[in-house]
Amino acid sequence: MTNLFNYIERKSAIHNLTGATKLICLMLWSFAAMGTYDTRYLAVLSLLSMVLFKIGHIRIKDVSFMLGFTAVFLLLNTVLVYLFSPLHGTEIYGTTTYLTAYHGYFAPTAEQLFYHLNYWLKYLATIPIILLFVCTTNPSEFAASLNRIGVSYSVAYSVALALRYIPDVQHQYYEISKASQARGVEMSKKESLVHRLKAASAILVPLILTSMSRIEVISNAMELRGFGKNKKRTWYMERPFRVWDYLCMVICVGLLAITLVLNHVNGGRFYNPFQ
Amino acid sequence: MTDNIIEFRDFGFQYKAQQSPTLYDINFAVKKGEKVLIAGPSGCGKSTMVHCMNGLIPFSYNGTMTGSVTIAGKETKDASLFEISHTVGTVLQDSDAQFVGMTVAEDIAFALENDCIPQPEMKERVKQVAKMVNIGDFLSHAPSEVSGGQKQRVSVAGVLVDDVDVLLFDEPLANLDPATGKQAIELIDEMQKQTGAAVIIIEHRIEDVLHCPVDRVVLMNEGRIVVDTSSDKLLSGDYLERCGVREPLYVTALRYAGVEITPEKHPSNLETFALTDEEKEKVHQWFKEVPSAVQQPSADYMLQVAGVEFGYEKMMTSVLHDISVDVRRGEMLAIVGTNGAGKSTFSKVVCGFEEPTKGSITFCGEVFSTYSIKERAEHVGYVMQNPNAMISQVMIYDEVAFGLKNRGIPQDEIDRRVEEALRVCGLWRMRKWPISALSFGQKKRVTIASILVLGPEMIILDEPTAGQDYKHYTDIMEFLLELHAKGITIVMITHDMHLMLEYATRAVVFSHGRVIADDTPAHILTNPQIIEEASLKETSLYHLAMKCNLKDPTAFVQRFIDYERNTARHDESV
Repeated sequence: MTNLFNYIERKSAIHNLTGATKLICLMLWSFAAMGTYDTRYLAVLSLLSMVLFKIGHIRIKDVSFMLGFTAVFLLLNTVLVYLFSPLHGTEIYGTTTYLTAYHGYFAPTAEQLFYHLNYWLKYLATIPIILLFVCTTNPSEFAASLNRIGVSYSVAYSVALALRYIPDVQHQYYEISKASQARGVEMSKKESLVHRLKAASAILVPLILTSMSRIEVISNAMELRGFGKNKKRTWYMERPFRVWDYLCMVICVGLLAITLVLNHVNGGRFYNPFQ
Repeated sequence: MTDNIIEFRDFGFQYKAQQSPTLYDINFAVKKGEKVLIAGPSGCGKSTMVHCMNGLIPFSYNGTMTGSVTIAGKETKDASLFEISHTVGTVLQDSDAQFVGMTVAEDIAFALENDCIPQPEMKERVKQVAKMVNIGDFLSHAPSEVSGGQKQRVSVAGVLVDDVDVLLFDEPLANLDPATGKQAIELIDEMQKQTGAAVIIIEHRIEDVLHCPVDRVVLMNEGRIVVDTSSDKLLSGDYLERCGVREPLYVTALRYAGVEITPEKHPSNLETFALTDEEKEKVHQWFKEVPSAVQQPSADYMLQVAGVEFGYEKMMTSVLHDISVDVRRGEMLAIVGTNGAGKSTFSKVVCGFEEPTKGSITFCGEVFSTYSIKERAEHVGYVMQNPNAMISQVMIYDEVAFGLKNRGIPQDEIDRRVEEALRVCGLWRMRKWPISALSFGQKKRVTIASILVLGPEMIILDEPTAGQDYKHYTDIMEFLLELHAKGITIVMITHDMHLMLEYATRAVVFSHGRVIADDTPAHILTNPQIIEEASLKETSLYHLAMKCNLKDPTAFVQRFIDYERNTARHDESV
């Protein structure tokens, strides 16, 4: 079974950071990457994110499903942007450099391709960091640190619980899908999309129904053990902030600051090599 | 101030959404440190009693209460759910669902976390309690990494950590294999002795609970308390039979032999059961008189599995080692073993849900491995344990027709085949009903019908009777017998010893991914070595035979099964 979206327990410097640190850094990092189209800076961030991925001891194999999913999504996105506004690059950079002799509406321009390159770099700078966050953050410890930075503990615990049950739901999905294949539900690529969507509903209905009945049992089990009694609760898995936690947050604030400075220097979000 | 920790007076309860009350005139008390068994068939109100004692009624389920329930002298409706949870600790039936933490340690700590206990103290308490229930080595393990019995230990620890006065066990045996169930009962007994807490066990498997003594048994039926007495007196009367709850097998056997059961003989435990020589002679006599039924197994092989190996990619070890099993036409075969022994995986490999790494599977001489899941389903049907996991349509008719529609079969043929399947399963009358209106057992029938309609010669059922009381268990099994009589070969995956003993003609025992025995149920359940290895439990009939100094206890067990099949069950159906 593929690993969809899951905490992977390994030993690394990134695993050792608290969940709250990682969440804050993730947000700062995303803002930094999303806030600029400066190619040079995005390239640096992409490189850095891959280095961090390595430091976190997460292998490509662990996240292959999510990577594939993102790649397909990104490709689709690129094609659509090109189809609907092939002149977007020209609008942004103010010049038109045709790459071929053909000069029609859909003619490829250096500006458009450069815009797409930046777009891809943005993803390259953020996706590994998001995956890294998911794979290296223990849900319970994450809930504890969310609670510490001010999120109400019932919300924090729900997040942890949702992460905790993902493998169970995955397992159940697998079982149900096999059983429905036995009854002739065809999920293979041979079938049309409409047909496959219909087939998916034959799996999702039982999956949702069984999950719903579980939720009732779980919420009873939690209440019977005093969940929701007090305004606060303590956490078995809570970890104190260490020097590294503060250091990482400072570095990420720095990254965001660079973005802001670059936007000021470039006179906008875009770095323009065409002028 | 009395020393009653829980007290019901003229109590009644009606759920908001229901037409009539679920509980009537309940008068019942539990003293500090007492051990009480509450038994009764499904729908008798046991679960509602549990909810009334742990505070889910009135705080989570709405309804009208009459009379009073006090816990530690306080009316529950004036207390809060959390206040009650400090007095009454509940261990739920489904220890999987009760497991809310990411690891064993966190789960045990859950109640402490909610009580704002500081981390260092919490870690200390968790360690102590984990040691008490003997799960200390597993503190950092995830729920999927521990066995069913260990999960239950975690649940017990998670409740004990709160220093409660009452331990409430809701069907503690429901999800455990026989040997683990026996250990669970011993664990409950030990915890009671160590903590001095009152223990209330809700269960319908009376024989298994009585493995350790209880102070009282409360028998419920149709929302009322039928009798509240000692276990010896309970077994001496005909209360259990009248309520559709199964009495211990040895008691039944003694009744067949004409031995009178009286409280003075202490029938609640076979070891202390006082039998006179004369009575033992009666058992001998009965054994001699009952004719043995000789069954000829058919030599016609239907499914042949040879040398199958299988392992999941993620885990390094393989789940199935060199499995060779033959299923003969017209058999009723039981596959038994502990959780994780490979029984379910075996059936998945047969149905094509998983690909074996080695070995061959043939069905009626055809190589099965080349068939797709869909094609195999037309020969071997697989019925999952939880019917809700198989049902995707709203109406019964559509659900049963689903598999045929997917195969593009013409409508008139679908109609004909669905009608046939519904009639066989006794659902024809309800064909236009929505599935949501059905009971668990009826849903199970719907799923069986939806498999039968594809025309398989053999069906595999995963735990067909899990979570069912004696009456519903009998209903489902009699239905399977009818199917069997119509020529369908039936394979049942189970850890229920009664089921295997009473219904299977042959049993295959799995342990750690290997087949360790393939024999008649009577032989298996009297073989100490297999029992030990596969975490099964000797049937009490075997111990009875030993107690009466019978030379061949296995034959005695077989004789009992034959007698039940030919005589007792026949009487019932007339």
